[in-house]
Amino acid sequence: MALVVQPELMVCGFIILLLLALFIVQYNKAKKEKLISENALAELQNTRGQLSQQEKLASLGTLMAGIMHEVKNPLNFVNNFSEITRELLEEYIEAKDEEEKKEILGTIRQNLEKITHHGRRADAIVKSMLEYSRKRTDEKQLTDINKLCDEFLNLAYHAMRATLKDFNCSIERQFEENLPPVNIISQDISRVIHNLITNAFYAVKDKPDAKLTVKTQLSGNAITIAIRDNGTGIPEEVKQKMFDPFFTTKPSGEGTGLGLSLSFDIIKSHGGNISVDSKENEFTEMIITLPVSSK
Amino acid sequence: MRKILVVDDEQDVEELFRQIFRGEIRRGEMDLQFVLSAQSALDYIQGLQPFDLVLVLTDINMPGQSGFDLLRKIREKFPELQVFMIWAYDDTTNFEEAKKLGANDFIPKPVDFIRLKESIAKVLLN
Repeated sequence: MALVVQPELMVCGFIILLLLALFIVQYNKAKKEKLISENALAELQNTRGQLSQQEKLASLGTLMAGIMHEVKNPLNFVNNFSEITRELLEEYIEAKDEEEKKEILGTIRQNLEKITHHGRRADAIVKSMLEYSRKRTDEKQLTDINKLCDEFLNLAYHAMRATLKDFNCSIERQFEENLPPVNIISQDISRVIHNLITNAFYAVKDKPDAKLTVKTQLSGNAITIAIRDNGTGIPEEVKQKMFDPFFTTKPSGEGTGLGLSLSFDIIKSHGGNISVDSKENEFTEMIITLPVSSK
Repeated sequence: MRKILVVDDEQDVEELFRQIFRGEIRRGEMDLQFVLSAQSALDYIQGLQPFDLVLVLTDINMPGQSGFDLLRKIREKFPELQVFMIWAYDDTTNFEEAKKLGANDFIPKPVDFIRLKESIAKVLLN
């Protein structure tokens, strides 16, 4: 039996074939595009990771440099006052005049007090440095937020003093007692706190009555950390962009423009939030909210 | 008497230098003056009558103007005046910058006073 193919059927088959071919071409194209965009995304994430690492190292680097520099000033006094005191002891032994002896003893006593004072000063700086480098882990752990705030308030202050010697700012701690511990990557959250406090210090550095308040509070199922300064404030147009990566108001070369954007990411990844309230030339308040039962 | 100006914002520097150079001061070989900022150093230098200053020792990291600012201004108005920079940095960037600006010597912190005395003796001899 001869196979008779009706022309309508042939046309129909041809159209189906055409559609199928078209579908395959489209499918491959989509697959290829998906692959390209997936690669681009991976590359982007990789770059982002590297930048985050760079920012981390940069902030650690400036902090360490600041601390090292700060330690050398008290060290200069400790070394040299003790050397002089040793010389003075010999002068005391050789001195014949009672009046002279009394005077030398007075200087020795005063020098020893200075040595103790500057030794303690260096000790406090080194201690805060150690606390920063310790416990570098990416695991979440139950953390006392008040302790963390206190520690990084001190560190940020020392680092600021190291870069700007005349820097002065009155600091008020309004820590709510008996806050429940929060499950966080404390190293990351401390970076955020350090970052926000340093920003606040920069905002008040030219103010004669500079003031910074750090307030912690439990409200409902969340802990808030409010960092408030009476500095330059944030203009509206800056407020829009301040969390954007690479946005900075600092002179070129001084800021990476990544501090706030990374802080924002860190808080978001903890299920929290950062909000800002500010009035130009009056105040800025940055508020971090962290859920207490963050898993 | 050879006048030396020490510029540092740390108050205890004055006591330290007065004790280190107590022999020289007692023997009248040296007259040490102290100011706490770059601006007061400039005011002091410009107000000198007669101009009997031979050396300025300045810290770098100070409130307001830094030791570099001071060095720059001294070089503009008093090109002959000797200036030693005292600093707590280890990096060479600062060193190069100070050299370019015309600093005569660099004293790292903590200050090695035996070395400093040698450098000052050289200046006083000229």
